[in-house]
Amino acid sequence: MNRARLFIPMAVFAVLACFLFLGFTLRDPHELPSALIDRPFPDFDLPILGKPGARATRADLVGQRRLVNVWATWCPTCLAEHGELSRIANETGLSVIGINYKDDPSEASRWLARHGDPYDYNIVDVSGDFGVEIGVYGAPETFLVDAEGTIRYKRVGDVNEDIWREELQPAIAALEALR
Amino acid sequence: MMLRVCAMLVAVACLLGASAIDGFDFSNPGLADRYRVLLSELRCPKCLNESLASSGAPIARDLRRTVRRLLEEGATDDEVRVYLQERYGDFVLYDPEFRMTNWPLWVVPPVLLLIAVVVVARVGVLRRRVPLTKREREQVARLLDDDR
Repeated sequence: MNRARLFIPMAVFAVLACFLFLGFTLRDPHELPSALIDRPFPDFDLPILGKPGARATRADLVGQRRLVNVWATWCPTCLAEHGELSRIANETGLSVIGINYKDDPSEASRWLARHGDPYDYNIVDVSGDFGVEIGVYGAPETFLVDAEGTIRYKRVGDVNEDIWREELQPAIAALEALR
Repeated sequence: MMLRVCAMLVAVACLLGASAIDGFDFSNPGLADRYRVLLSELRCPKCLNESLASSGAPIARDLRRTVRRLLEEGATDDEVRVYLQERYGDFVLYDPEFRMTNWPLWVVPPVLLLIAVVVVARVGVLRRRVPLTKREREQVARLLDDDR
């Protein structure tokens, strides 16, 4: 009996070690659970990239299921995911709206000319204030917004083939099933 | 010596960094104090364990600007906290409220403390010296005598 009790500290340590191991490895601590899932995409009224004087509002966004992708020319991961975003826009016909985040608009236009433009249009958020409104803390971030303008899914980091297959496609299928 | 100079330079640099957030002039001096307190208890979403006050990340700068704007618009401290929490989740609050989803965060530390207190108390009881009875004393004396 007393012998067995000697092992209690070791058992406690083992349990603690398991928890810490899982805590450090299972989940990327940089990835925050989004607070905005199932909430309406916020109101906005912002200029459209490359169209002087033109503005986009939330009303332009609703009515159709869309991906809203936050990107910038200073963001290397945005370039890395650009191919996959273009593929999604071309092959699935899903509407992709860009938010050009804390960027130089003329440079952004050049970037799109060079790398291709999968976006229906781009909203310009030079100050980053709209980014705060939708809880952006690093580019790229991608939202799936349903036809009612409700945010259904959010991806922080690049959208790649795996993310498309394992997360975005099922999220879209779930929306499809709801209808 | 060099090390000391370096340490002092770092300390001075930190002070300069801390004063950078005071650069805002508020329309009302009371707001500046609330602003400072709020920034120290809000966490930068990008930097794991830095407050908005101490972080140099661009997102922290944007959020400081947001907090300042909300205060100038007449928001209460709670409204500012809720505004950021709605957008960035509990992560931004260094002092999150108690909810069904985060109960372990609040319950586990007191429970561990309780267990520790019980263990320490029990060990204390076990180790308390109990005076020997007369018979035991004689036994000890006999045993010690045997050794000689």
